[in-house]
Amino acid sequence: MSTHLQKRYRRQRWFVAVSRVTILLALLFLVGLIVSIVGRGWSGFFRGEVQITVALPETVLENSGKVRASVYKKLIHKALLTDFEQHGITDAGSLENIIGFQGALKLRQLVRKDPDSIGRTITTWLPAGKFADGYLKGDLSTQTLVELQVEPDLIRYFEILDRSNKGRMVFNWSFFTLGDSSQPDTAGIGGALAGSFYMLLLTFVLSFPTAILAAVYLELFAPKNRWFDLVEININNLAAVPSIIFGLLGLAVFINLMGVPRSTPLVGGMVLALMTLPTIVISARAAIKAVPETLLAGAMSLGATRMQGVFHHVLPAAMPGVLTGTIIGMAQALGETAPLILIGMVAFIHHIPAGPMEAATALPVQIYLWADNPLRGFAERSAAAIMVLLAFLMIMNISAVLLRKKLEVKW
Amino acid sequence: MAIRERALLGVLILATSMAVVTTIGIVAAILVESLRFFSIIDPSSFFFGTLWSPQIAIREDQAGAAGSFGFIPLLVGTLLITLISLAVAVPMGLAIAVYLSEFASSRTRGQIKPILEILAGIPTIVYGFFALVTLSPILRDLGAELGVEVAGESALAAGLVMGMMLIPFIASLSEDALFAVPDSLRHGAIGLGSTQLEATARVIIPASLPGIAAGILLASSRAIGETMIVVMAAGIAAHLTINPLEAVTTVTVQIVTLLIGDQEFDDPKTLAAFALGLSLFALTLVLNIIALHIVKRYRQSYE
Amino acid sequence: MVTIETRDASASARAETIISAQKVNVYYGDFQALKEVSIDIRPRQVTALIGPSGCGKSTFLRCLNRMNDLILNCRVVGKLLLNGEDIHRPGFDVVDLRTHVGMVFQKPNPFPKSIYDNVAYGPRIHKMANGRSELDGMVESSLRRAGLWDEVKDKLAGLGTELSGGQQQRLCIARAIAVEPKIILMDEPCSALDPVATGRIEELIFELRRDYTIVLVTHSMQQAARTSQRTAFFHLGELLEVGDTNDIFTKPRHERTEAYITGRYG
Ligand SMILES: Nc1ncnc2c1ncn2[C@@H]1O[C@H](COP(=O)(O)OP(=O)(O)OP(=O)(O)O)[C@@H](O)[C@H]1O
Ligand SMILES: [Mg+2]
Repeated sequence: MSTHLQKRYRRQRWFVAVSRVTILLALLFLVGLIVSIVGRGWSGFFRGEVQITVALPETVLENSGKVRASVYKKLIHKALLTDFEQHGITDAGSLENIIGFQGALKLRQLVRKDPDSIGRTITTWLPAGKFADGYLKGDLSTQTLVELQVEPDLIRYFEILDRSNKGRMVFNWSFFTLGDSSQPDTAGIGGALAGSFYMLLLTFVLSFPTAILAAVYLELFAPKNRWFDLVEININNLAAVPSIIFGLLGLAVFINLMGVPRSTPLVGGMVLALMTLPTIVISARAAIKAVPETLLAGAMSLGATRMQGVFHHVLPAAMPGVLTGTIIGMAQALGETAPLILIGMVAFIHHIPAGPMEAATALPVQIYLWADNPLRGFAERSAAAIMVLLAFLMIMNISAVLLRKKLEVKW
Repeated sequence: MAIRERALLGVLILATSMAVVTTIGIVAAILVESLRFFSIIDPSSFFFGTLWSPQIAIREDQAGAAGSFGFIPLLVGTLLITLISLAVAVPMGLAIAVYLSEFASSRTRGQIKPILEILAGIPTIVYGFFALVTLSPILRDLGAELGVEVAGESALAAGLVMGMMLIPFIASLSEDALFAVPDSLRHGAIGLGSTQLEATARVIIPASLPGIAAGILLASSRAIGETMIVVMAAGIAAHLTINPLEAVTTVTVQIVTLLIGDQEFDDPKTLAAFALGLSLFALTLVLNIIALHIVKRYRQSYE
Repeated sequence: MVTIETRDASASARAETIISAQKVNVYYGDFQALKEVSIDIRPRQVTALIGPSGCGKSTFLRCLNRMNDLILNCRVVGKLLLNGEDIHRPGFDVVDLRTHVGMVFQKPNPFPKSIYDNVAYGPRIHKMANGRSELDGMVESSLRRAGLWDEVKDKLAGLGTELSGGQQQRLCIARAIAVEPKIILMDEPCSALDPVATGRIEELIFELRRDYTIVLVTHSMQQAARTSQRTAFFHLGELLEVGDTNDIFTKPRHERTEAYITGRYG
């Protein structure tokens, strides 16, 4: 082989090697992204619990229906101090770090459910306080705790809990049911999930029928003239308009002009519907275009009107493609953040919205809010919320692929 | 045509016009508010001003009394981050597209494409989170190691992550463009004794260049309009700089910053967001129209 | 099993051979497109491949420069010797093979580049020219030999794709010649052209056969008769008959051949 030819082959090998490295880099990035998020977020799905033996004296809890949580906290802390004495622990700093307010709430709940326990001493598991929670989940190693200048006695007590099996890690269901909170351990995505749900529902209801009808008109009825070209260009461009612009539209027109209540899933759904509309129209048109014209002609030759032929035959045949495009559009809407910030869905909302007219936040906005919160523990919540978001998106995308595979008719 | 049919046709036309109405709504909304803004703030001081600090009142009785609205630093910051992201995404996306379309076996293609689709489907808030909590600290530490100061919210971090976001976008658009090149050209080049690389580099890529260029334009438009990555990873303070290691701010970041609190529609700060929106809309619209026009022409040329 | 009738064996008992195909079988997946094809191609002659549509002419042509490698499910079995060298032997270089065995396709496929760049493509990638003036000379002589020079000499910078169909095909021939191959494969080079353009290409083939070995697939009996010295008749993936063009057209051995060339079947 001539040296020139060898050189040419060498060049080719180089290119192939470089492209493979590039693909590897992209892959590595994806892995890095996932590792970084899962590594940070997994502990958000769990919480630590501490087992405690606590006395519930009748004198204090007489009127158990009205006793405040702080009273229970005192009882818990007394129990802790008793335990300390046994192990010779003297200075463990704030006891909130072991069992805090959450623990007190839980204990109150237990007592209310079982009033007979009053006057006795019970042993139960309670949600761990800040440092204990981190320690039990393995988030905070002994060394980190030392670096955080935690009392040595507290660390010693954690080790004792560990050894005597009085500390454990459980799945944190409340992460899915609680609303936002100013404290990371009581913050959940319940409110955000509800907000996103109402919003997506609305987006779907508004954009899906509109998009299908528009696609049907454009593909099967519209005369191909200058107006058609203009509408087509308009739709294609609309699909590429930055999402934040839709937020401005929502703010100026829906909220300011039409008086739709701010921060609600209602206005969010309207904005996202407009944003998703062109995406669905484009994929629906492609799906309709893929249906052979003979189908319509066949139906019409049997005496159906054009309209009947379209709605009875062409549209059902195009449905798998339309649905796939819709799911992908909805997935995009679910992950959209910027326009929602502009229409006020960033407000701190503790309660879980009961309907689309109540102020709410959305899952991606919740992620943004927590990621920006400097308080220790919120970044972890944010990453956990991302995992939930990605899980939803994965389910949507997989179902889109399956749908396409299952229902697709090859013409 | 029966009345029912005609009514139905009317409904179809109504649905179709929704898209047009949306565009009109966008243009009207941002235009009206922008005009209100420009009635308070001189347009030339907006478009040519080099100081952006809407929060600080310079003089109490000054028009607007809200500070200075110079657009230039935002534009430069936006373009800087866009350029960094394109510097990452164009070569990488193109290499991946060319490799998948011209070199890879169909099995490899079948394995890699879903991964790219996954990357493309990740919401930008996730990329922003990654930039904020992972990449920025890494870059800062790396800078410290090398003895250069990297800002906590550097243009570099935002640009790199945005580049990563754009890779699948550019790869898939370029692959479409390469796919549109007819096989007869491939065979022609190979039949003359080209290596695969020569056929690709000298014939196939030049033949698909319009499509690839359109893809890059669409990617730029995306980068310019991208919000969450820069909101989380770029700065808020406007520095007029082209140093990627410093913090810069962007048009979208400022829109969010101006509107995140309670908005009052007679406040120039609120209205400024719409003027920024107008600039952003115009900029991306031009890019999109050119790109879509090229794509259409290009498709026709091989049909 | 088909016996291949080599009528001209007497003319030159051991005639010179540039390409020798020996028991070549080609499969597309499970479908066998060529069956035990054996043929010797003589240098500096035009060999016409004729036969009904789908009989495997193109498939056989693509064997000769291994373009079948580009077709995913295609498998070639058997021996193909170029100057006595097995082109499937490991280590035998395809790029090198295609440099020596050029190809002109059914539909003209000029690159979307200037006329000049189209012709200069081969010399450039093979680094055949030292300097611009030498390259200019190569481009000119190739275009001259393809009979296109006079028509395009004033618009060499114009796009090759903007020429007429016949001009495009001659450009493709010029492009192939510029690489200085020994053999040129042509797959129905005139099927997309009008009679005038076809006439020009035929003249060109007639000219070229002094210097090049040409293997020409054609559906036109007249074309085969006018341009080729030897003709091979394919049928259903088999090579039924090969011999001097004159003999094949005047006294075909095989009744199928006769039926085909007289137009009673095809
Ligand atoms: N890529 C392919 N995959 C599968 N089968 C193929 C492929 N190419 C050709 N064939 C089949 O192989 C047989 C021979 O095809 P080929 O193109 O060689 O015929 P041909 O003689 O050139 O026909 P024509 O005169 O129509 O060009 C045909 O039956 C064809 O269907
Ligand atoms: Mg053929």
